[in-house]
Amino acid sequence: MSNAVAHADDHGHAHAHHPALQHHFDTMAQQKEAAVVGMWVFLLTEILFFGGLFAAYMVYRIWYFDAFAEASRSLSLFWGGLNTAVLIGSSLTMAMAVRCAQTNKRSATVNWLILTMILGTVFLGVKVIEYADKFEHHHVPGYNFQWAAAHPSTSLGAGEAAAGAEHAAPGAGGAAAEPHRELALNADQLQLTTQIYFSLYFTMTGLHALHMIIGIGIMLVITRMAWQGKFDEEYYTPVEMAGLYWHFVDIVWIFLFPLLYLVERHV
Amino acid sequence: MSGHVSPVSLYITIFMALMVLTAATVGAAFVDLGQFNFLVAMIIAGFKATLVIWYFMHVKYASKLTKLTVATGLFFLAILLGLFLVDYGSKAFSQMPPFLS
Repeated sequence: MSNAVAHADDHGHAHAHHPALQHHFDTMAQQKEAAVVGMWVFLLTEILFFGGLFAAYMVYRIWYFDAFAEASRSLSLFWGGLNTAVLIGSSLTMAMAVRCAQTNKRSATVNWLILTMILGTVFLGVKVIEYADKFEHHHVPGYNFQWAAAHPSTSLGAGEAAAGAEHAAPGAGGAAAEPHRELALNADQLQLTTQIYFSLYFTMTGLHALHMIIGIGIMLVITRMAWQGKFDEEYYTPVEMAGLYWHFVDIVWIFLFPLLYLVERHV
Repeated sequence: MSGHVSPVSLYITIFMALMVLTAATVGAAFVDLGQFNFLVAMIIAGFKATLVIWYFMHVKYASKLTKLTVATGLFFLAILLGLFLVDYGSKAFSQMPPFLS
């Protein structure tokens, strides 16, 4: 109990307790348990929050599978895969930060937290590159959305498009590949339905990115607290809670990556 | 009193497993498995998520109450997605709504 202080409580008897122990908890263990369960209840609401989007994704993917397959193929597997690796790496550094807080290693905790924030920022930077690419190729849903522009061969009907694919130039910057097989959707339908894919893409990755920005904000506060020496082997709950949040964000991406980038890559 | 401290080697192992599984999910996406491509991708993602929850998020060492809380969240997610599918699946799951065709 490195930070323990002794004082007389309301009942008049003197006893030592940790300065971080709130008066409505009996022990540090009880206080930590309350925090962990409370954090998981919050994460539970987050699971269902993202769950609604996953449900919408599921239905539209079944309805417009061809549009999802075509649009998914226009995403860069390199950037997506790199970001997955970066985020998994940041989960490792976060776990190490919590571990160092548990074992009362102040500067190591701070360093791991800073490394986690750097990796989170790298992820967001890659996301900016990807979003800029979508704007460039008119793949942002709305008035300027233009699937056919990056996809000249599908301005014909689905059957003709397959036949014309050999002559068609690759899409602008090669963002969208020519059709690899007969599509159930014609060009007009693709123009409409790929927008649904990109709407979900921007909503899901955007919300995920927002969570990461909030997570980095939380970590800035936690890093400052760690630097000030507020944590020890008995009280590191804020670090652990930030960790739970960060790992949750990682899990969301673990599902987003195959759902958005790997709809149908084998054709 | 302080929580369970996992060895560093465990964290490294989980990290490596997650990276290998990421490579596996990319690899599997390039193999034509028909309807099973989606299933394989979700099984791998589910396994990865389980590793993160169990080891990185310390649920393995958490109290039964915490485990129950986590399970409750996944249970309601299953209800959400499951009943979504039952609802849409039991209706005319047409390829294209009328306004598009």
